[in-house]
Amino acid sequence: MAAPPTIPRPRKDDLGARVRVGSGATTRRVLIGAVLLVTALILVAPLAAIFAEALKHGWGAYAASFAAPDTQYAIWLTLITALVVVPINIGFGIAAAWCIAKFSFPGRNLLVALVELPFSISPIIAGVAYLFVYGAQGLLGPTLEAWDIKIMFAVPGIMLASLFVTAPFVARELIPLMIAQGSEEEEAAVTLGAGGWRILRLVTLPNVRFALLYGAALCNARVMGEFGAVSIVSGNIRGQTNTLPLQIELLYQDNNAVAAFAVATLLTAVALVTLVAKAIIERLDKAREAAH
Amino acid sequence: MNRVIPGFGLSLGITLLYLSLIVLLPLGALVWQALDVGWERYLAILSGPRTANAFRITFGTAALATAFNCVYGLALAWVLARYEFPGKRLLDALVDVPFALPTAVAGLALSALFVKNGWFGGPLATLGIDVAYTPLGIAIAMAFTSIPFVVRTVQPVLEDLHADVEEAAATLGASDRRIFATVIFPAIFPAFLTGASLSFARSLGEFGAIIFIAGNLPGKTEVVSLLTFIRIEEYDYPAAAAIAATLLATAFVMLFLVNMIQLWQQRRIGSAD
Repeated sequence: MAAPPTIPRPRKDDLGARVRVGSGATTRRVLIGAVLLVTALILVAPLAAIFAEALKHGWGAYAASFAAPDTQYAIWLTLITALVVVPINIGFGIAAAWCIAKFSFPGRNLLVALVELPFSISPIIAGVAYLFVYGAQGLLGPTLEAWDIKIMFAVPGIMLASLFVTAPFVARELIPLMIAQGSEEEEAAVTLGAGGWRILRLVTLPNVRFALLYGAALCNARVMGEFGAVSIVSGNIRGQTNTLPLQIELLYQDNNAVAAFAVATLLTAVALVTLVAKAIIERLDKAREAAH
Repeated sequence: MNRVIPGFGLSLGITLLYLSLIVLLPLGALVWQALDVGWERYLAILSGPRTANAFRITFGTAALATAFNCVYGLALAWVLARYEFPGKRLLDALVDVPFALPTAVAGLALSALFVKNGWFGGPLATLGIDVAYTPLGIAIAMAFTSIPFVVRTVQPVLEDLHADVEEAAATLGASDRRIFATVIFPAIFPAFLTGASLSFARSLGEFGAIIFIAGNLPGKTEVVSLLTFIRIEEYDYPAAAAIAATLLATAFVMLFLVNMIQLWQQRRIGSAD
């Protein structure tokens, strides 16, 4: 008598329910454990180290780090830069998202790629490129000199380089959402006689407000923390063109580690607030989706 | 073409004007400066030992950092997409830390961890492993700043995978390993490749996180972005233009690759429907 062909036995768990890959208790435990361990080492430890180093000599030394006029100037310059750059890139983001999401036209995909281009370019390249436009030997150098306008190694250069680096942030959050939402509500508003600005203010922006907020928060964190591009165009002049990240490097090179880490805690706080804002915005977004 | 909604001309005009002034004008100026250098001098600059070494070190460490992120990023995406456990939301939020944290702060923190008397540097030194001021330190800084790429490209694809294919394979008696290799991995492969390419591209251009931990020794721990910076400080603009233009060309090649992968992914999804 020939042996019956071996038919593979279906795999089921104890309850005979659906089996998915990696749902076994051991696999699950090992994977979660390994990921948590590596995350603690590479993501949590650096954050903890910043605060530990900043507070190494107590709260007094920490607080004293912010008394230096150079550091106070860097805080002020960083805030001013963000105050100028973020609103401009919000405006750009809304304009770019409006034409890309609400209309179809030849070259639309190319325009999307162009909007996202700064993401793929090293900030160092951005800084060098700006130097070749506005520097003394740059494209517009002679013209600017004739008019006695100083852009490189001055505050306008810092703002321009920051505009380049953070240009895609708001647009990238708005474009996919506005495409997904479609144009029916806007078209209805047009039928009811509303003008473009009214539609933008009363229909479109309220629909995308969370994405807009998140894009602006990310843009802000990046402006305040930009290092590579700004270090090339700023000229690193103490008390004149140093933003917070440049001040951190300067303090570190001066062997003033506690002050460097103390200033770093400010930017770390900005980053953490941004991430908390993201989590809250995502939750609100989900709640809104569920309500629809 | 939709012309019911107003504002097309205005919004397109603003977008094109802004992109021309803020993005295209500077990049054009860089290309113009690089072309001014001339082909022979360009080759001489790039083949100089310091520059050639900087490129070798940068590509090598970026590859190492990307390899790490392929493994860790895939595991992280899997854990976030497949399992429920306490602290999952916190872990999900932590993934974005490298994008929100300034690179200079990351570099400062990593160097504090890995110097000889740091939390990690001390124990590693007793094992005979030096991280700070070595290429390994560069790779760690690159790995940190590019953690989110693989996770954030793979995670949504994993979440969207339907259970029925896996169930069918399991019903036929396939092992977990076999199902992963033949069903799941092919499905996430384009996203995985996109994430890895983005991670590699980001690592090539990284500056702020690296200079604090690298030691910056010419020919040994000097990366391309730092060399560009040094050439600018020395007013050697032709060299800076040549190196920056090469980095820019590399970025465009990577961008092209990523777009090709995404096109391929869309076609595959299209043909599956």
